Amino acid sequence: MINDPYREGAARGWRLVDAARLERDVEAEADVIVLGSGAGGGIAAEVLAKSGLRVAIVEEGPLRSTPDFRMREADAYPQLYQESAARKTADKAINILQGRCVGGSTTVNWTSSFRTPPDTLAFWRSHFGLDDYSPEALLPWFEMVERRLGIHEWNGVPNLNNETLRSGGQALGIEVSGMRRNVRGCWNLGYCGMGCPTNAKQSMLLTTIPSALEQGATLYSHLRAERLIVEGDQVRGVDCVAMEPAGVHPRALRVRLRARHVVLAAGAIGSPALLLRSGLPDPAQRVGRRTFLHPVALSAAVMPQVVAGHAGAPQSLYSDHYLHRDPIDGPVGFKLESAPLHPVLFGTTLQGYGEAHAGLMREFPHAQVLLALLRDGFHEASPGGTVQLRDDGTPVLDYPLNDYLFDGMRRALQAMAEIQFAAGARSVIPVHEAGLRWSSLAEARAGIATLLLQPLALRVVSAHVMGGCAMGKDAAQSVVDPRGRHHRVRGLTVADGSLFPTSIGANPQESVYAIVARNVSALAAELTGRPAAPIA
Amino acid sequence: MGLTRRTWLKTGIAGGLLLAGAWAFHKPLDRLAKRGLVAQAPLDGALRLVVPALVPVLLAGMLPEAAGERQAAIRQATDGVATAVAALSAATQQEVSELFALLALPPTRIAVARLSVPWPEASEAQVRAFLDGWRGSSLALLQSGYQALHDLVLGAWYADPAHWGVIGYPGPPEVPRPS
Ligand SMILES: Cc1cc2nc3c(=O)[nH]c(=O)nc-3n(C[C@H](O)[C@H](O)[C@H](O)COP(=O)(O)OP(=O)(O)OC[C@H]3O[C@@H](n4cnc5c(N)ncnc54)[C@H](O)[C@@H]3O)c2cc1C
Repeated sequence: MINDPYREGAARGWRLVDAARLERDVEAEADVIVLGSGAGGGIAAEVLAKSGLRVAIVEEGPLRSTPDFRMREADAYPQLYQESAARKTADKAINILQGRCVGGSTTVNWTSSFRTPPDTLAFWRSHFGLDDYSPEALLPWFEMVERRLGIHEWNGVPNLNNETLRSGGQALGIEVSGMRRNVRGCWNLGYCGMGCPTNAKQSMLLTTIPSALEQGATLYSHLRAERLIVEGDQVRGVDCVAMEPAGVHPRALRVRLRARHVVLAAGAIGSPALLLRSGLPDPAQRVGRRTFLHPVALSAAVMPQVVAGHAGAPQSLYSDHYLHRDPIDGPVGFKLESAPLHPVLFGTTLQGYGEAHAGLMREFPHAQVLLALLRDGFHEASPGGTVQLRDDGTPVLDYPLNDYLFDGMRRALQAMAEIQFAAGARSVIPVHEAGLRWSSLAEARAGIATLLLQPLALRVVSAHVMGGCAMGKDAAQSVVDPRGRHHRVRGLTVADGSLFPTSIGANPQESVYAIVARNVSALAAELTGRPAAPIA
Repeated sequence: MGLTRRTWLKTGIAGGLLLAGAWAFHKPLDRLAKRGLVAQAPLDGALRLVVPALVPVLLAGMLPEAAGERQAAIRQATDGVATAVAALSAATQQEVSELFALLALPPTRIAVARLSVPWPEASEAQVRAFLDGWRGSSLALLQSGYQALHDLVLGAWYADPAHWGVIGYPGPPEVPRPS
């Protein structure tokens, strides 16, 4: 039996406030306000609420739950994604996928779970003074969130979209491994990106937020945090504006929340934006800087057999072969995975139009797509992007692509074409405005070697936004300390993917979960004078 | 540091002066619409002028042949684009409305889209020349304009379950609804 935890919870008295339906301004108080309900906000809310604190959660997006997840792109993107899944960098060259709903990106993510890679942590220790960010020190926190969220080696059968990566890799002697996923009783449907309709995905929507609500937390949805309330050097709360039901425009209605402490978890574009709007001291101008994306290059293939890339777990196999070929601060490395295929995402991402495009669409059942996510932020030629504010206060990320990254993109396109042909592809099409349909490896090699790699020519996407409120020991180099506490004001802890001083080099959700669990447990202990309650 | 609302017009603006013209035309139209002097909101009016000309070209090979069905499909695709635009962020809607205003208004249509005839009279070859011109342009602004049209029209088309059969997409599986 599939249930709707929110309907049942509401009947039991959960405090759910939909700001789209408020009739007047509201003022309220809590011990701690958590801004954002995604990976970081969800974990923070549960730790704090279980530790006995009165928590208010503020989420800009709507509360959508199990019965709303109808596995249709036309419903899912406008409701569950930032900017209707069409958020773009300032020059429009990168399409950014981020969640905007209760549960944040975890409600729509693909469930791939990795601990933070040890070489990334070593880089953080040596470059940013993050001394206690070692695999050993984080181990208990990884284990805790793995228990909490059912993260385990997935024992389902990879779909052919993923299997292509393995069979091609095997033929070439490239190691391909199985993924771990945060699912319990997964039906293997393939619609993780549109909200799980079977309650299998252990997103924040299904796990930590309900638990915090059960402890008496209040969840405000359709409520955009605009500005922190700061008195002297002490954060006292937050000013918010209600959103209209479609989530596009703000209403003329405000909510003012006060608290002893604010936990900022609006994600790696939303969190720096809130700090910028609040005008907190930032003498070294670090806020919003070094925002990373794992920029993704895509390679489509037409396979002889039916792949049905829309069905089955979106990601179940990966290869780190090209992450380990060069030193972490050398030429950019990339992780290889598969990309799930649905008509809108595929049809819009695929370049070209008219007959050529239609011809490929007709082969949709045979289509296979590999993706390479580039590990940005470890080399001086990879400083990431900058979050800026538009006149209306909403954020936009300026992330210039450059030759350092294009070099990685080109190697990635070559590697993916090679794997796809080794797996038997009939043709391979790099996702590039000038990408043709190549029917042999030799042709593809020569073609990719001469593709003009430029912003807007190569169609680049990202589903992993990180950084912008970097943690570090040195206040001139970072925004918050190694525990996420703001360097210059009191009463403010950042607890989401914006903390990362570089990209992760692996799908980031588990890094957010574990690091936030540790930092916010320390915060809860400080606020209550007792050890924090474990969440698993 | 803040980007202005006129981001789309300002990004990568090498031939910028030309383009700024569109804004100048857009404003008066907007004012007329607000005073109820033109029938439709300018975005909607411009969109409905331009998109029906783009659909047969962007979706060549997918549209039905029979005239009646074809017209209906074009109308539905245009509605789909309007729906998709309404779900974009406020800032992006502003940019998209500038894009459509620029395409719809004769001076900028001729100067920037290089289309000498009104959209409803444009031949498929003329529309293709426009699309290819922007797609291959050295101006980031025009390239991104092409991509916006590409994504809006193709996205609206493939969002529609009526168009899944031909591409062999069975649609989502049946899952019992929570009671
Ligand atoms: C389609 C997709 C697939 C992905 N697949 C994977 C995967 O398989 N594995 C993996 O590890 N990672 C994956 N990710 C990435 C992963 O989900 C994110 O890295 C992670 O959720 C980031 O956590 P966060 O807390 O920083 O931000 P988010 O989870 O994005 O949460 C931020 C929340 O803050 C809200 N917010 C923003 N601004 C405001 C404001 N002003 N006021 C109130 N609320 C605000 C947002 O609406 C959002 O709900 C995927 C992401 C997407 C979009």
